[in-house]
Amino acid sequence: MRIYLFFVAMWLGSGQHIAQAEVFERTLANGLKVIVKEDHRAPVVVQQIWYKAGSMDERTGKTGIAHVLEHLMFKGTRSVPAGEFSRRIAAAGGRENAFTSYDYTAYFQQLHKSRLPLAMKLEADRMHNLNLSADEFAKEVRVVMEERRMRTDDQPQALLQEKMMAVAYQEHPYQNPVIGWMSDLESLDVADAAAWYRLWYAPNNATLVIAGDVKASEVFALAQRHYGGIARRVLPPRRNYTEPVQLGVKRMVVKAPAELPQLVMSYHTPVLQQPEQDWQPYALEILAGVLDGNESARLNKHLVREQQVASSVGVGYDSASRGPSLFTLQATPSTGKTVGDTETALRQEIALLIKEGVSEEELKRVKAQVMAGEVYKLDSVFYQAMQIGQMESIGLGHKTLPVMLAKLQAVTAGQVQQVAREFLQDDNLTVAVLDPQPLSGKSGHKVEGAAHVR
Amino acid sequence: MSVKAELLCVAALCCFTSLACATPHIQSWQSASGAKVLFVENHDIAMLDVAVSVPAGSSFDAKSGVAGMTHHLLDKGATGLSEDDISRGMADIGAQFGGSFDQDRASVSLRTLSSAAERDQALNIMAQVLQQPAFMDAVLTREKVRLISALKEAETQPESIADKAFQKAVYGAHPYALPVSGEVVSVEKITIQDLRDFYAAHYNASRAVVAIMGDVTRAQAEAIAGQLTAQLPVSGGHAALPAVTMQIPAIEQRIAHPASQSHILIGAPGMSRSDPDYFPLYVGNYILGGGGFVSRLMNEVREKRGLAYSVYSYFMPLKQPGAFQIGLQTKKEQADEALKLVRNTLAEFITQGPTEKELRAARQNIVGGFALRIDSNRKILDYLSIIGFYDLPLTYLDDFTARVERVTVAQIRDAFARHIHPQAMATVIVGAPEAKAESAGGKNK
Repeated sequence: MRIYLFFVAMWLGSGQHIAQAEVFERTLANGLKVIVKEDHRAPVVVQQIWYKAGSMDERTGKTGIAHVLEHLMFKGTRSVPAGEFSRRIAAAGGRENAFTSYDYTAYFQQLHKSRLPLAMKLEADRMHNLNLSADEFAKEVRVVMEERRMRTDDQPQALLQEKMMAVAYQEHPYQNPVIGWMSDLESLDVADAAAWYRLWYAPNNATLVIAGDVKASEVFALAQRHYGGIARRVLPPRRNYTEPVQLGVKRMVVKAPAELPQLVMSYHTPVLQQPEQDWQPYALEILAGVLDGNESARLNKHLVREQQVASSVGVGYDSASRGPSLFTLQATPSTGKTVGDTETALRQEIALLIKEGVSEEELKRVKAQVMAGEVYKLDSVFYQAMQIGQMESIGLGHKTLPVMLAKLQAVTAGQVQQVAREFLQDDNLTVAVLDPQPLSGKSGHKVEGAAHVR
Repeated sequence: MSVKAELLCVAALCCFTSLACATPHIQSWQSASGAKVLFVENHDIAMLDVAVSVPAGSSFDAKSGVAGMTHHLLDKGATGLSEDDISRGMADIGAQFGGSFDQDRASVSLRTLSSAAERDQALNIMAQVLQQPAFMDAVLTREKVRLISALKEAETQPESIADKAFQKAVYGAHPYALPVSGEVVSVEKITIQDLRDFYAAHYNASRAVVAIMGDVTRAQAEAIAGQLTAQLPVSGGHAALPAVTMQIPAIEQRIAHPASQSHILIGAPGMSRSDPDYFPLYVGNYILGGGGFVSRLMNEVREKRGLAYSVYSYFMPLKQPGAFQIGLQTKKEQADEALKLVRNTLAEFITQGPTEKELRAARQNIVGGFALRIDSNRKILDYLSIIGFYDLPLTYLDDFTARVERVTVAQIRDAFARHIHPQAMATVIVGAPEAKAESAGGKNK
């Protein structure tokens, strides 16, 4: 995990190249918000459609349905047979895929700019004409189960993460994995998928982001033509969860086949609510940068290089999400060191932070990286569109991006120290440990040269 | 708006189809050091990307792991710069320092703001790292411990176990069989002298390729290439790699593992970067298993039967023939069914070749999507490195779409028939279905 910063506005170090964010937006009569980011460096375009429906909107017993529906969106509509969506995009030279998170579900295509109308036509079609058959559902849910086995069940670190989230959150739906629990996947049916689709797939629950070598006015006209006729729907009320206050440290162990133990320490932390007024989430972003934002950052320098108590370290914090956030420290103990040694070392780093704060030099370094990142970001049209879509989908809006950038630059050393003191506390903490298990089995795992010729 | 519109297409316009886009104008020269330089000048974004590549990958290892460790230690101390000076010096100016390492190639790359203060500081550090590495004992000791623990971890994970067994089955005694990062037993024995010797023998200016992309002038690019290579060691001959044995025996290796899925790899030596059949094989593979959701393998295994989340095939083009590989993961109980299906799909493709319709769709995708291959500085930098390192013509990108357009069904069928022999391939199954794993296990040590 790395410090994950979302910003858009431009600030270029050198002065001679001041780029302005060319972001235009318009909302169609049916509620679909269309945002265009012009970038004329190459004759390409990306279309992303973001639905504000993620796994956090699922109900007990139906986990995974947001993601299963994402898969089913490729299985055809009244006028486009199953698999044909992908074939037509491929034949147009395009690349496409989709992703589901706790907060949203998004679909994208990258193509030559001349093929945008095709992509819009297909995407608009599946917003309201999806065919859901029991046969396709049965096949595709098996694919999703394989995906779960591959990404989670057979990956010790992912398994640790999944089980940590389930313990850290007592009530908030972030306790459930995006891909869903296996027993839920086994019990879902096509009616669940249809219900989910009816509930959330509506123009007034979506943001369309188009970025690349296009003219905003032309994109708005195209969007009106393809999406404008889709009827607005009444959306269900959204449930707001307030995670109950944690009243003491939680500890857990996960056993899985592996060689190395792992330690994860996650603290409950706030996210941005009022970006103009808030300061704590920005201070937490900078704190993550001071600890692990670069090779010279504290944890790598102290724990990996100097004390050699960890062979790798990581810090994660995300200030922008629909639900609450965790500030997570992760470490792999060094050979000959225990998880306990590593936890002690991490706690010493936290104590040092709380006692002595951070230096101006460290602060400046993290901010310099944020600013350079703003320039580097211009090299990826896709990523710029992602930022816009994410910010819209979590409810803050893309206009918050420049605000966040300015606020990050304004964070003081005192504020970093203050958030460390306030949030990195045991009462807020979940400690999860991966306890590595030998690969069982009679023949062991290092069987070699065993071949039989066919 | 100030992001300039002309950007990527400084010169060289090639219009093979209505969708073709201007390719970047590549300038190339030899630096006084002997290094080959490829440069694309572009001022749209105030940043600079630089990569220096040398033929110093894992296939040059006499002691497995030395090449990788030499590369890994470059930025961990240089004359006059501690590892902390290096990482802090780069972080202070927001520069990103990285690298890549494979069987053929070791490279060091830099992304920095192009404003003079930042650019100069970043390049000065990079020049020191490349040309004056310190290879310090304490750092080596620490990094060996870290690498060994990572290798031991990898030996418990089905994907890594499968990769390692597959390379070995495909390449036997050839250096391409060596694990890229080394083996526990050999890494333990790496000494500082090994690193110094390897560096002196393989990090030579005359074999270095410098790729430069972004906001500098030609004169600045010439100075940068000189600065980064003038002090590289001078050495004599470069031992050529032995030839890859193209025909391998059919082997099926089943390795037990408690994972819920079987990880299956199938393949054999495939093609080199300079193979005259490169384009027929590339386009053909798109149809077989390279084309994402629309490939034959994906259609048979996932779309029709829901047997796997991911199934693919690819050619890894290297200096010598790199592997042709098919891979998938599926739950143990259905591994044999999936394996049979993949083998049938491959055999049918080899004997019958693609249809005209499939070829048309492949061409449409590859040609129509060409602009996406060169739509960022990062992607162009990678092409510059590849073109320089593998001695591809400077017109490689200009010619790309025309080469794809010319590929015929007959060429694909012919090229696959000569390169891929389904009866003589290595198959590795990690987390094999229980009964069979045991029976195979009986013959194991």
